[in-house]
Amino acid sequence: MVHGLWSMVKFTMKDQNTDYTLQLSGLEPLVIYEGSNFTNIGERTNVTGSRKFLKCIQEGRFDDAVEIAREQVNGGAQIIDINMDEGMLDGKETMVKFLNLIAAEPDIARVPVMIDSSKWEIIEAGLQCIQGKGIVNSISMKAGEKEFIEQAKKVKRYGAAVIVMAFDEEGQADSYERRIEICARAYKILTEIVHFPPGDIIFDPNIFPVATGMEEHRQNAVDFFRATHWIKEHLPGAKVSGGVSNVSFSFRGNDPVREAMHSVFLYHAIKHGMDMGIVNPSQLAVYDEIDKTLLEMVEDVMLDRRDDATERLLDFAETFKGKSKERIADLSWREGTVKDRLAHALIKGIVDYVEEDVEEARLTFERPLHVIEGPLMDGMNVVGDLFGAGKMFLPQVVKSARVMKKAVAYLLPYMEEEKRLNPNASQNNGKILMATVKGDVHDIGKNIVGVVLACNNFEIIDMGVMVPAEKILERAVQEGVQVIGLSGLITPSLDEMVHVAREMERLGMNIPLMIGGATTSRIHTAVKVDTEYSGAVVHVLDASKSVPVASSLISEELRAPYTLKVKEENKKFREDYLARKREKNLLSIIDARKNRQKIDWNKYTIPAPKVLGVKAFRNFPLDIIRKYIDWTPFFLSWELAGRYPAILKDEIVGEEATRLFNDANSMLDEIVGRRLFTANAVIGLFPANSDGDDVILYEDDTRHREIERFLFLRQQNEKGAGLANHCLADYVAPVESGVKDYFGAFAVTTGLRVDELVAKYDADLDDYKSIMAKALADRLAESFAECMHEQVRKEWWGYAANEHLDNDALVQEKYQGIRPAPGYPACPDHTEKRKLFNLLKAEENADMQLTESMAMMPASSVSGFYIAHPESKYFGLGKIDKDQVIDYARRKGESIEWVEKWLRPVLNY
Amino acid sequence: MNKPDIRELLSKRILILDGAMGTMIQKYKLEEKDFRNEALANHPKPLKGNNDLLSITRPDIIKAIHLEYLEAGADILETNTFSGTTIAQEDYGCQHLVHDINYLSAKIACEAADEMTAKDPSKPRYVAGSMGPTNKTASISPDINDPGKRTTSFNELRTAFKDQAKSLIEGGVDILLLETIIDTLNAKAALFGIQELFDEGVREVPIMVSGTITDASGRTLSGQTTEAFLISVQHIPLLSIGLNCALGAAAMRPYLQVLDQKAPFFVHVYPNAGLPNEFGQYDESPEFMGKQVEEFLKEGLVNILGGCCGTTPEHIRVMAEIAEHYSPRVLEEALDHRP
Repeated sequence: MVHGLWSMVKFTMKDQNTDYTLQLSGLEPLVIYEGSNFTNIGERTNVTGSRKFLKCIQEGRFDDAVEIAREQVNGGAQIIDINMDEGMLDGKETMVKFLNLIAAEPDIARVPVMIDSSKWEIIEAGLQCIQGKGIVNSISMKAGEKEFIEQAKKVKRYGAAVIVMAFDEEGQADSYERRIEICARAYKILTEIVHFPPGDIIFDPNIFPVATGMEEHRQNAVDFFRATHWIKEHLPGAKVSGGVSNVSFSFRGNDPVREAMHSVFLYHAIKHGMDMGIVNPSQLAVYDEIDKTLLEMVEDVMLDRRDDATERLLDFAETFKGKSKERIADLSWREGTVKDRLAHALIKGIVDYVEEDVEEARLTFERPLHVIEGPLMDGMNVVGDLFGAGKMFLPQVVKSARVMKKAVAYLLPYMEEEKRLNPNASQNNGKILMATVKGDVHDIGKNIVGVVLACNNFEIIDMGVMVPAEKILERAVQEGVQVIGLSGLITPSLDEMVHVAREMERLGMNIPLMIGGATTSRIHTAVKVDTEYSGAVVHVLDASKSVPVASSLISEELRAPYTLKVKEENKKFREDYLARKREKNLLSIIDARKNRQKIDWNKYTIPAPKVLGVKAFRNFPLDIIRKYIDWTPFFLSWELAGRYPAILKDEIVGEEATRLFNDANSMLDEIVGRRLFTANAVIGLFPANSDGDDVILYEDDTRHREIERFLFLRQQNEKGAGLANHCLADYVAPVESGVKDYFGAFAVTTGLRVDELVAKYDADLDDYKSIMAKALADRLAESFAECMHEQVRKEWWGYAANEHLDNDALVQEKYQGIRPAPGYPACPDHTEKRKLFNLLKAEENADMQLTESMAMMPASSVSGFYIAHPESKYFGLGKIDKDQVIDYARRKGESIEWVEKWLRPVLNY
Repeated sequence: MNKPDIRELLSKRILILDGAMGTMIQKYKLEEKDFRNEALANHPKPLKGNNDLLSITRPDIIKAIHLEYLEAGADILETNTFSGTTIAQEDYGCQHLVHDINYLSAKIACEAADEMTAKDPSKPRYVAGSMGPTNKTASISPDINDPGKRTTSFNELRTAFKDQAKSLIEGGVDILLLETIIDTLNAKAALFGIQELFDEGVREVPIMVSGTITDASGRTLSGQTTEAFLISVQHIPLLSIGLNCALGAAAMRPYLQVLDQKAPFFVHVYPNAGLPNEFGQYDESPEFMGKQVEEFLKEGLVNILGGCCGTTPEHIRVMAEIAEHYSPRVLEEALDHRP
C-alpha cells in the first residue's frame, strides 16, 4: 500500500534551468527547454535531400532557391537546415551567397539557421554570415579528439550550438552500446574541456533505415529510441536530433507508407525524448489517422515486434499506394463584374483574390474611401442582412470580416496618403471602445462582437483584456468614443462593471455603456449597473444584437429617445424583478442544515486512493485530450445552437456547422500535430472528512494534522417533500462518523501558448482563425479536465477501475462521482480557488495563475474538486440569505462586506 | 591606479556612465585647424567632424569634457573613440592614425579618471573604451537590387575591432564598450576578435555590449528583436548588456524589460535626450529625462545608467542624484553557467 504516507510526488520534467535550455535566434528568438515541444527543422534547403533545391542552385536560380526557404518557414519549420555539399558546387561560396540572400528576407531570417556540411571550412564560412545564434551540423570525433576539440572551441566562440554525430575514430555508431559510449565521451569532452554550455549540445545518434530486409537493421529504430532515452537520462541538458526521412529509405516511391513510418517513428522517438528533427512536414501523416492495419504493421517494423514484420509490411505496402486527392475549385464567379466579385468574396469569405479586386475597384473610383463605402459596404450589408435573417451564421460572418479587413488594409495606405494631402476627410458610423474588464482574461465573445461591429463600419478600439476602469475611461475620452462596450465572463467581473459605471457617473460622463459577456444578464445590468449611471446602459445578449444597439446609441436622431427607452425598460425590469424576489421564501440556514442529504456511511466504503498527494503532469499529449472533446458547447460559442452530432445534419445550420466542424478539426490537426499548445495539469488526492459545511483535508491518513479546509455553501430555498437542501460537504463522510474518506482537487490548462498562435492569426488579420484558436483552447481545457477525471477514477484514486464509458457517456456525466468547480453553481465562491491553487502549487506545477478577481490565467483552464461518493451529484446553490452569509464570513475569517462582495450574484437581498 | 573590481560595485549600487561627447564638442565651435596638427597639415581630405582626431590634436578639450562629466557624478567615462577603427576612419583617410587615436584617447580618459579617484578614493572612476559600430554592416546589403551584396566581411570587422581593442587596452581602459550596435554580426565579429586578443595574452578586461533599437518596431537595424539580440551575443561572459541611442528613455522601456527578464549579465541603458527635433537637436531637459529614467529605476531594471546623443553634464548630474535613491537590478548568479 502506498498511502498512509504524505507523498509529494512531483512528476514534472527537469526544472527549466537556463543552463539546460537551448537558446537560438534568427531575427527572433527560439528557446528550447527540457520538455519543450518537438522542434521542426526544415530540410528542403539541402542539396543532398532536395532535387528541386539542388537544381535551383546548380542553375544559378537563387531567387527560386530563396522561395523554397520561404515556403519552408511559412510551412512551419522553426529552424532551417542549409546544406551545399555537392561535388560540382563551390560549397563555401554557395553557402555564403545563400546565407547572405536569406538574411535580406525578414520572413525567412526570423528563424535560426542550421549550417549543415561535412566540411569544416564551409561551416566556418557560414558561421561568419549569421547574426543570430544558429546550429552547426555537425562535428564528430571521426578524426580524433584533437580536431573535435578545436572545432568545438571555434563553434563556441562564434556563438552557435552544435550537433554532434555519434561517430568516432572507429566509425559511425550502429548499436545502442556504441551510440551511448560515443555520446557520453563527447559530452564529457565538451563540458569539461571545452566548457561548452550543456544546453547547446545536440546529439544526432544516427537514424538508420528499417525494413531493409537485412537482419542487422531490424533494431535500428529501437536502438535509436533507447539511445535517445539514455542520453536524456544521463547527459543533463543535451538535446537529441536526427534526420527522420532516413528511417523509411527502403520505401522510396511509396509516400503513404513513408509518411506513416515518419509519423510512427516520431511518435516513439519523441516519447523517448527526441527534441528536434529534420522533418518534411508534408511527408508526415497524422498518427491518429493512419490506417489501423498499416499502423500496426509499421509499428511491428519500427519496434521490431515480429520476425516477419518487414515481409508483411512490404506485401501490404503494395496494396497501399497513395491515391491523389485533388479538388478543383469552381472559379466561374471570377467572370463577374468587380462589384459582384467583391460581394461574392465577402459573402463566401474568400480572401485569395481580394487584393487584386480591390485594386481594380480603386482605379475606377475617385477616392479609396469610396471603394469601402461602395462595393465593400454593399457586400457587407448583404452579409449583415443575411446574418440578421438567420441565413448566415457567425463563423461565416467572421470569415467575411476577414475579407473586409484585408481589403481595408490594402486601401489604408492610399487613404492615409489622401488624408495627408487633405486632412479633413474620413467618416464612419462611430467609434466604439471595447474592453474585457480588470481581473478577467476572457475575450472570445468580445472579439466576436468587435468583428461584427467593425463589419458594420464602426471603428473599434479594442483595449484587450484585464483593463482597469481608469484606463478604459481615459482612453474613451482621449479617442472621443461614442459607446463603451464592457465584457466579462467570470462573476467578479460583474462588480468591476458596476465600478466602471460608478466611475463614469463620478466623472460626469454620458457615453452610453454596452454590457456583454457570459455572466452578464439583463437583470444584473438593470438592477446593479443601470442604477449607478445616469447615461444609457444596455445589456447586449449576443453579437447580432450589438449592431442595432450601437447604431441607435450613436445615431443623432435616435440617441435621445433610445436612451430614454432603455432607461425606462431597465426600470421596469428592476421593479418586476424586485417584486418577484420578495415572494421567494428561504429557509433559515439552521433549518436548511437539518434538511441535509443523509447518507448511510456504512453502506458504501470509499476506497483509498492509490496515490496520495500532489501529482503534476506537464506537456500532456494533446492527441489524447482531443478524444474527449464535447462539441456541443463549441457550436454554442459560435452562436450555433443544437446538440452535436445532430447539429451537423440540422436543416438550417447543418451546412455551416459542418464547415465549422471541419475547419475546427483541421486546425486541431495542426495544433496537435505540431504541438502548438502546451497542456499542463496538477491533481491532488487527500484524506478528508467533512465538518459541518466544511471539508477538512489532512496531511496523512493518521488524520492528525489539518492542511486545508474548503468551505461550502448550502441551498436555502424551500424544498418539496423528500428533497434535501444540498451542500457539497454532505458527500464527504463527517469527522464524527469515523469513516476514512478522501477528497481531491485539480487544475488543468491548455492555454499556455494559445497567445502565440492567436498573435500569428491576428497579424494575418484573420479573426476567424484567431477566435477559432481560442475556442478550441477552451474546448481542450474542458476535455483535459474530463480526461484527468477519468484517469483519477480509474487509476490514481481508482474507485472506478473497471469503468468503461464512451465519450457520449462521459459528456452526459454517467460516471460515479463529480468534479464541481469553484465559481460555478454548486460552489459559487471564487475565492476558494486561491486555496485550491496553493494546495496544488498550481503556479509552479502547471504554470497557472489567478488574477485578483480569481480568474485563472491562461484563460483556457479548469480547476475544481473531486468527490467520489456514488450519491454525489451536481446542483445549483440558488439564492442564500444573510444568516448564511454571516455564518460563512465567520468560517472564512473575513468581513461580511467582503463575503457579500464575492457572493453578490447569489445573495437574496 | 588601484580600484575595486567594478562587479563588486555594480552589485551594490547603480553606476553612472557619462553623456554625449559630440554635443559637448559642438559647444567649442571648432574649425578645420583644430582637427589638424603638424603631421596632418597637408592631409588631402577635410578633417573637421572627425571628432576622434581631437584626442591627438586638442587633448585639452577632450580632457576638459571628461572632467565635466566626472564632476557631474559619472562613475564611468567613455573614451573619445567611437569611430576609432580602420573601417570608420577610411572616410577621412586616417586609417594610419587608428592606434594613436585609441591609445591617446584611453590615456586622456584614464588621466582624468585617476585625478578624480585620487581626490575621492571612496568613489573610484572607470574608463570604458568606446567601440562604435563602424559605418558598414556585415548583414545588410547596400544595394536593394543585389540583396546578397556586402561591403564588409566578418574577417575585416574582426581584425579592425581587434586592433582597436588592443590599442585601447594598452592605453589603460578598464572596460571595452561595444556600442550603438545596429548589426549584431558586426558585434559578433568584434567579440570574436577581442576573445582572440585575450588568448594572445593581452590584459583581459570586462566587456559591455550595447544594442540600438532603431524605431518603434522594437528591432535593431539588422532586424533582430531584443531577445534575439541578447541570445546572439550571450555566448561571451559579458559585464553588461544594454541599449543606447536612437530612442528617448520612455520608448526604450519595453525593450529594457526584456533584458531585465532574460539577461544573465548586468544591464545598462543610456538613452538619447529624446528624439531629434526639426532642427536635428535633442531637447529633453535634464529634469524631463530624469523623470523618465526614474521609471526604470523604480522597476529595478538597470545597473548602469547614462546618456547618449544630446545629453550633457547637467543630464548626468540629475541622473546621478536620482540613482542614489534606488537599488540596482539584482543579477541572479545562477543564470551564469559559464566558467
